[in-house]
Amino acid sequence: MWHISEDDLESIAIGAGILGTGGGGNPYIGMLRARQMIRENGPVKVLSHDELGEEDLIVCVGGIGAPTVGIEKVRDKQSYYALRAIEDFTGKKATAIISNEIGGSNSLEPLIPASLSGLPVVDADGMGRAYPEVQMKTYFVYGVPAYPMAVCDEKGNTSLITEALDAKWVERMARAVTIQMGGVACYALAPMTAHQVQTTAVLDSLSLTKRLGDAVKNARAVHSDPIEALLDVHPGKILFQGKIVDLDRQTTAGFARGQVVIEGMGQNQSDQMTIEFQNENLIAKLNSQIVCIVPDLICIVDTERGEPITTELLKYGFRVTVLGFPGPDLWKTPEGLATAGPSAFGYDVEYADLELN
Amino acid sequence: MHIGIDVGGTNTDAVLMDGDVLVSKVKNPTTTDVTSGIIDCINSLTSSSPDNSQINAVMLGTTHFVNALLERRDLAPSASLRLCLPATTMLPPLVDWPDDLKQSIGAHTYMANGGNEYDGREISPINEKELIDISQKMLDDGIRSVSVCGVFSPVDDKHEKNAAEIIKSVAPEMSITLSSEIGRVGILERENAAMLNACLVEVATKTVDAIRKAMSSAGLNVPLFFSQNDGTLMQSEFASNYPVFTIASGPTNSMRGAAFLSGVLDAVVIDIGGTSTDGGMLMRGFPREAAVAVDVAGVRTNFRMPDVFSVALGGGSLIKKNPLTIGPESVGYKLTSQGIVFGGDQLTATDIAVARGITEVGDRNLVADVDPEFAESAIKEIQTRVEDVVDQLKVSAKPVPVVLVGGGSILIKNNFEGASDVLRPTNAEVANAIGAAISQVGGQIEKVYSLTDMSREEALELAKNEAAGKAIEAGGDPNSIEIVDIEEIPLTYLPSNALRVKIKAVGNLI
Repeated sequence: MWHISEDDLESIAIGAGILGTGGGGNPYIGMLRARQMIRENGPVKVLSHDELGEEDLIVCVGGIGAPTVGIEKVRDKQSYYALRAIEDFTGKKATAIISNEIGGSNSLEPLIPASLSGLPVVDADGMGRAYPEVQMKTYFVYGVPAYPMAVCDEKGNTSLITEALDAKWVERMARAVTIQMGGVACYALAPMTAHQVQTTAVLDSLSLTKRLGDAVKNARAVHSDPIEALLDVHPGKILFQGKIVDLDRQTTAGFARGQVVIEGMGQNQSDQMTIEFQNENLIAKLNSQIVCIVPDLICIVDTERGEPITTELLKYGFRVTVLGFPGPDLWKTPEGLATAGPSAFGYDVEYADLELN
Repeated sequence: MHIGIDVGGTNTDAVLMDGDVLVSKVKNPTTTDVTSGIIDCINSLTSSSPDNSQINAVMLGTTHFVNALLERRDLAPSASLRLCLPATTMLPPLVDWPDDLKQSIGAHTYMANGGNEYDGREISPINEKELIDISQKMLDDGIRSVSVCGVFSPVDDKHEKNAAEIIKSVAPEMSITLSSEIGRVGILERENAAMLNACLVEVATKTVDAIRKAMSSAGLNVPLFFSQNDGTLMQSEFASNYPVFTIASGPTNSMRGAAFLSGVLDAVVIDIGGTSTDGGMLMRGFPREAAVAVDVAGVRTNFRMPDVFSVALGGGSLIKKNPLTIGPESVGYKLTSQGIVFGGDQLTATDIAVARGITEVGDRNLVADVDPEFAESAIKEIQTRVEDVVDQLKVSAKPVPVVLVGGGSILIKNNFEGASDVLRPTNAEVANAIGAAISQVGGQIEKVYSLTDMSREEALELAKNEAAGKAIEAGGDPNSIEIVDIEEIPLTYLPSNALRVKIKAVGNLI
């Protein structure tokens, strides 16, 4: 057990940005919201998965909607209302809260209802990275039903999805409701037992964001290499170092799709890397040879400061390091790959493990 | 003829321009009251001018208002009113402001009913009674200026305008800033920008009045214009109400002036000073806008600001050996006493450049013992860092002209990676004032058009006409109006039959 205090939020935001692999939204507003809650109600308790007991009931919360709306109509306490709505519907009290997605701004969402209810947050999540849709969670791949789900707005409206054919249907219905609610909403869903969390969640991911962020911050403070510091904390590798020379980005149907071309510098002189993205970075090619592919993590960070760079902030001339981290094992099974592997994003490519030399 | 004036923190520069020709220039120290320094400049220009009646406008750029923010002085007791209830309450107005700045304006914030959804629906209707009560409370608290920010007001500004009318009915003397006139989507940053404007309105009104009085006492009864962040002009009455639009006019004027002196429209302009190097990119003569949040006096904002990239490298940067480090410490303006070639004892970038034979300032004999190999490696590193700044500013790998200004530009050689041409204009020391003098008037709009009743082409035409109309309204010659920028912004969150466009028109002052 540990506690998240105001000082930890910056580290978590940096780490969540790295695990966001280019997507997941900018954590700045999420960080301000969590800070506000912690200032009012004190630090938030975090439980490891092995500290959960048979009596526990863990509810997953998250935000849904367009990031561009979220920076104008900023989310309030909707995920807390959604948590209470799930409790009312099931007639059972939640004892802990778990994140839907550790990458990007959703990593901090559980801190809002946790702070308001006094419940602890579990050190785990349903992705171990960022993905664009509700059904892309390990919980649902391994048998946890994606319902009941409560979607709440800020005005006092609650929509309950009590049954669905599968998680993809939950995504469709929740998305439609979110549009009516004004483009952003929060949800709570899938009350889980301790055993379900232990077997279907990506474990220790919240503490990983903090360790990644701490590593970057410490490296900056003593002027050492933040990239090396990141790789000391989490096994992965440098896929490429260079400078962005070309960027092709189009926004269609809510997705920022495109590719970024990086020209090699230093060790990678005379090589070229192309990264294809759909909100998140999905495929990294070294001189047209695939070297890393979803669900493995492809993270673009600022070479000098180790700051993660989201898809919308990519720009010609940036000096970047591309890091590859092995994705969670739960995504590498046939079921996992069918839900969120290359084919789920329209690629006719087989997944191959990231080689860590 | 036009007079261009730049009021900086240290110097007030002025130029008299006859069309594109520089007639005379003058540099005076900036005075505490600002106006007497301006008048000194005007007097020395007009005394040398053949015929004062030929002067038909004064254009002024100043860092005075941003300095007021940085020094937290002369700021009006101000309130920030957000129209949002029941939404968007967890992060109240001023949430991420530096405490001392918040205290210096009184930290008054209010949240009331109102605001819109992204698609134009109301979050809640305006409540007149509520706003009357709030206005009364503001009066009781001694507030003299208020910023009003409605959720999604860039999509629909009706609520902000209604609220302003209600406040005026209770407090007729209150200065009111509407966020929809200041910034774009992104409520915290737009609200912040509007609030910075609100707390500057008083000092702006006072300064503008003083300058106009001083001008007329100097016998110069011509229109006064202020330079804006985007490189266009606004009339002084307008500047009193929108001082925040002048905040970045310094770097903008410097870039535009330098490019004008070099005869280029598309270029990277690099200003190497004593301590830092600032660079910007001009496209068709105007600075490229920053796409992300810009920090002003410790506050995140999102209004139109030039994209300026800075690194700690200048003529006074300290050089250390084993391992080689350049800056960030600098002797700054003390270079001419502390640099080795000037008889001091600090090894600076300028000393290295002299030792390497790139430039001749001070006494070269004093750096005779600097190891040539070391000097070469230091000079190479300096050159690389400046080349990096240029590269970060460019939008593609294509070489562009690079304009070098500032005292520290003597550090740089002419064979410059990524540059199609390296230009070093003369008279660059008054580039800011020239940038002000050559400014045009502009009109800019950013709007969402529904494409159910019109085609994309019709919408663009409508938008162009509206921008051109704004430029004419601002004093532009209708025959000279030109559209300089069209941007169609994809809407990921609105129905696909809508188009958001940003258009900018400029024209010559009549």
